[in-house]
Amino acid sequence: MSEKFDVIVVGAGPAGTACAYTCAKNGLNVLLIERGEYPGSKNVMGGVLYRKQLEEIIPEFWKEAPLERPVIEQRFWMLDKESVVQFGYKGLEWGQEPYNNFTILRAQFDQWFAKKAVEAGALLINETVVKECLVEDGKVVGVRTDRPDGDLFADVVVLADGVNSLLGKQLGFHKEFRPDEVALTVMEVINLPKDKINDRFNLSENQGCTIEIFGDSTKGNLGTAFLYTNKESLNIGVGTTLSSMTKAKLRPYDLLDHLKTHPMVKPYLEGGESAEYLAHLIPEGGYRSVPKVAGNGVVVVGDAAQLVNAIHREGSNMAMSSGKMAAEAIIQAKNDGDYSESSLNRYREALYDSFIIKDLEKYKDAAHTFEKHPQYFNDYVPMMNQAASKFFTVDGTPKREKQKQIMQSITKEKGRIKVLQDLYRAWKAVK
Amino acid sequence: MHIVVCVKQVPDTKIIKINPKTNTLDRRSAPAILNPFDAHAVQEAVKIKKRIGGTVSVLSMGPPQAVAIIKNSIEIGADRGYLISDRAFAGADTLATSYALSKALEKIQEEMPIDMVICGKHAIDGDTGQVGPGIARRLDIPPVTNVIEVTEVNHKEKKVLIKRKQINGYEVIEAQLPCLLTVEKEVNEIEYAPMPNMIKAARYEPTVWSVNDLNDVDKAQLGLKGSPTVVGKMFTPPKPEGGKRLEGTSDEQVRELVTLLAEKKNLFNFDVNNS
Amino acid sequence: MEEYSGVWVFIEVDEEKNIEGVSLELLGAGRALADKLNVPLAGVLLGDNIRGLANQVIYSGADTVYVVDHPVLNLYRTEAFMKAVILLAEKYKPEIFLYGATPNGKDLASAIATDLSTGLTADTTMLDIDLEKRLLEASRPAFGGNIMATILCKKHRPQMATVRPKVMKALQPDDSRLGKIIEEELELREEDMRTKVLEIVKDVTKKANLADAHVIVAGGKGLGDQQGFQLIHELAETIGASVGGTRDVIEAGWLPHELQIGQTGETVTPKIYFAIGISGAIQHVVGMKNSEIIIAINKNPEAAIFDVATYGIVGDAHEIVPKLIQQFKGISKGDLSYV
Ligand SMILES: Cc1cc2nc3c(=O)[nH]c(=O)nc-3n(C[C@H](O)[C@H](O)[C@H](O)COP(=O)(O)OP(=O)(O)OC[C@H]3O[C@@H](n4cnc5c(N)ncnc54)[C@H](O)[C@@H]3O)c2cc1C
Ligand SMILES: Cc1cc2nc3c(=O)[nH]c(=O)nc-3n(C[C@H](O)[C@H](O)[C@H](O)COP(=O)(O)OP(=O)(O)OC[C@H]3O[C@@H](n4cnc5c(N)ncnc54)[C@H](O)[C@@H]3O)c2cc1C
Ligand SMILES: Nc1ncnc2c1ncn2[C@@H]1O[C@H](COP(=O)(O)O)[C@@H](O)[C@H]1O
Repeated sequence: MSEKFDVIVVGAGPAGTACAYTCAKNGLNVLLIERGEYPGSKNVMGGVLYRKQLEEIIPEFWKEAPLERPVIEQRFWMLDKESVVQFGYKGLEWGQEPYNNFTILRAQFDQWFAKKAVEAGALLINETVVKECLVEDGKVVGVRTDRPDGDLFADVVVLADGVNSLLGKQLGFHKEFRPDEVALTVMEVINLPKDKINDRFNLSENQGCTIEIFGDSTKGNLGTAFLYTNKESLNIGVGTTLSSMTKAKLRPYDLLDHLKTHPMVKPYLEGGESAEYLAHLIPEGGYRSVPKVAGNGVVVVGDAAQLVNAIHREGSNMAMSSGKMAAEAIIQAKNDGDYSESSLNRYREALYDSFIIKDLEKYKDAAHTFEKHPQYFNDYVPMMNQAASKFFTVDGTPKREKQKQIMQSITKEKGRIKVLQDLYRAWKAVK
Repeated sequence: MHIVVCVKQVPDTKIIKINPKTNTLDRRSAPAILNPFDAHAVQEAVKIKKRIGGTVSVLSMGPPQAVAIIKNSIEIGADRGYLISDRAFAGADTLATSYALSKALEKIQEEMPIDMVICGKHAIDGDTGQVGPGIARRLDIPPVTNVIEVTEVNHKEKKVLIKRKQINGYEVIEAQLPCLLTVEKEVNEIEYAPMPNMIKAARYEPTVWSVNDLNDVDKAQLGLKGSPTVVGKMFTPPKPEGGKRLEGTSDEQVRELVTLLAEKKNLFNFDVNNS
Repeated sequence: MEEYSGVWVFIEVDEEKNIEGVSLELLGAGRALADKLNVPLAGVLLGDNIRGLANQVIYSGADTVYVVDHPVLNLYRTEAFMKAVILLAEKYKPEIFLYGATPNGKDLASAIATDLSTGLTADTTMLDIDLEKRLLEASRPAFGGNIMATILCKKHRPQMATVRPKVMKALQPDDSRLGKIIEEELELREEDMRTKVLEIVKDVTKKANLADAHVIVAGGKGLGDQQGFQLIHELAETIGASVGGTRDVIEAGWLPHELQIGQTGETVTPKIYFAIGISGAIQHVVGMKNSEIIIAINKNPEAAIFDVATYGIVGDAHEIVPKLIQQFKGISKGDLSYV
């Protein structure tokens, strides 16, 4: 008696919703299942949404989506105990159409995005957990939910269930993630009046700023921290790989506390009120961890397929693009009446042909390199700070002499060869 | 048996935040939900339907977004949903609300006679519990408030047997149909809705009426105009002053406390419990 | 509107013909309002064979008692009571009319407000008068108790409110007080009633205990876990007290829900209230702040509970409570040497 859908999408995050939206827009009968109270209720993100990939799905989305601020300035901080070296870019062109990227709050964004999918014709069911895929003759034919009479059937099941994709694991597409393949990130939303934010970050109406923080923010472990501006709140967060966290015996909320009370960070937060505290995993295994993404009657998209570029904090955009590519393959499969792995592999081909896998491949060694060689975080960030301090301190020493002293102090500590080695290794990892 | 349940969309007061400057609700912090008592009301109607058959309708007054809670009611097992939504209804207190809802009930009655109306004990945003009895008066049917059990429904003889919560216990009441009940949370446990209901709800579109769709409405009795009560000021409750802090080591503090309480020791019931 | 005058209180009577505590409290509060307005205070007494209670209403503060005595009014039923009250209100036109926020009081007030087309403020916890405008200022918790709102009824009479039990103070009964008793006749027939009370079942569970308890030991999330909460039971048992808890404790499943104290739970007024590991959130405090002596034990010196405590101990419950138990056990054995 259970009715059959063309597509069942598990998980209403950016990946699943993009897929459901695209399928529904093209007339497919789509069911989107989300375990949260509503889409986004439990979803976490630092908060930078890239314009390009969503625009390809919903043109001019910025006119209606619940966005916080367009980002017009991106800063990078090399943080030491009591100092910071910073650089960045601020450009007013990013404050106008078509914009570069935006800060968002996921609880609101995901709800809006899912509403678009519903308007396009998808059926959304919340508060329902998909327990497993139903498999017949080596083919995924539907899902089993935790509700009474809860089996549902479809030609294609889309696994968009996020970083810890239990469903993908059940199908044997990937194994349990290793602790060095995922980062545990904690973040807090801190309410702060608009005027204060604009003053402290030197912004005008409807301008946003992002700060990526390296170094002391993670107490020298592999990972990063961030501080982003929303309309009337700040998102601050920090994360490291699970493996470094265990190795250094760190507790995530201690790291966040450390960051919030850091003398370079604290003045930005002063007087703010904590509104929400969130923790989430980020897949950081990169290229080498991407699992099988298509099977008979099933595809895997977004974080569930480990599609995150940790270095450029890109994830939601890759999630959306992968969702869209999967949808296109499914639409084609429907036209052909063929939902086999080889038919759905069109999605895999598109993915590997796109910026997503190309970017991941480019950085395939980065995380590994930085994790193995903690000197990048432990030594060089403080060194940069010392060097900057020396350079900018006016004490009568000629500048040329200063530069020489700086180079000497660096190579004295590490040895010239070692520095060169490190530089080369780092370049290779991100080249 | 046709049961109509009145359901209201409310902000979730569990996670509500108040803007300390303006003393208003921070809407961003408060997702809108189906009033928890009304969820139990729908569940009870569905339970009665399962026992003796019939139709369960739900009725809500609110902005267009209130469609969401009508869908929630369909998930629980309601068959039909009606939303009355119009600027004319806005700003209503309980008197104006019960008037508007009773007019909608009269209209539903034209489609199918109503045997029972069920409301929640109260809505968690207003916390008044006045709308239910108000509707009963307007429809001139007997109200039974604070219901903790619907023991028996006899549609043929037009009788129901009910347990009603009282200050120190409960009463067993027999009421004639049609009647209006307001239910406590104890009345039932919300069941985890089966998948077919979920899919039905996702597709469901309720009937939406504006004020002009209702019959013989006296607009002066609606919304802000029809509401005798107004909110004067809002203020944070005065903070009481603290009493005495005991000092010293924990042993000293405990000893001092027991000394201070010694004169009250006749209150302590040592004999009964301390063998 | 000028023809409306006087403050009225609905006198609720239980099936054993005792006046409910809340009605006596309202006579106390009503007295203050009536004095401010310089008008009489009246009680409305309905039931079967309850004339005899009228004097008690006067002793507790009323100047007048309106009585309707009729067999059909034996037990509370909306239809019957409503008819009687409306008869009186339309005839004598009070400007203010208060009811206890009990199941019957709320039910009755809602029905009457509908028929008289007037405003009704629910669950009031503070009452005052704006003398200039002769307006009742009825204040109540709003938005889940985070804030108070004052509700006014400017253009309709009577101004009506239901008032929470145990927040107003009853007067000391004074049997030298004199007053008027006015009895009204009303035609009521049992055959016209559409509801019947078949049975009344008294609940003698802990819940009733909690409301009447002289001593309550209440615990909060600060006890850590269900295991830690045993300390509360132990202390309560030692001194023969009842046990209560905060909503967080009930939600964690450490106590059954009828033992929740606070805005969405029970309001209690014991002689002694121990608040152990309780932060003192306003929603909890409204349910216990009228206790005679409040003892707070909390390891956070800034905890809000200390603002309402008579005696405060800053310290770890796991250390303090066992010591308290030990000391109390000492007393019970008659060994008062160190007290
Ligand atoms: C702290 C943090 C900061 C980040 N910052 C950025 C950033 O600034 N920019 C950026 O682009 N990316 C960022 N990311 C990455 C980004 O959040 C993810 O890449 C993106 O959310 C992936 O989308 P998704 O749809 O694949 O997964 P998710 O967003 O995780 O969605 C998965 C959905 O599936 C649901 N679900 C899971 N299992 C089931 C089940 N069994 N049944 C039903 N439903 C299920 C979940 O409830 C969830 O709604 C960040 C991540 C974190 C944790
Ligand atoms: C609409 C609404 C209605 C509500 N209704 C109610 C209600 O009826 N009743 C109610 O109680 N709450 C109610 N609440 C919840 C209320 O706001 C608080 O969340 C709740 O009272 C907090 O419970 P708690 O004090 O046990 O826990 P917490 O707030 O977690 O406080 C624990 C306290 O224990 C202290 N502590 C920790 N460890 C120790 C130790 N070892 N020794 C000593 N002290 C320690 C801590 O310092 C802290 O002060 C309501 C909330 C809302 C929004
Ligand atoms: N706007 C509304 N729409 C539908 N039902 C309502 C509405 N307001 C109140 N009710 C019903 O009346 C009950 C009591 O509400 P209240 O008197 O506001 O506490 C609720 O539990 C609902 O069943």
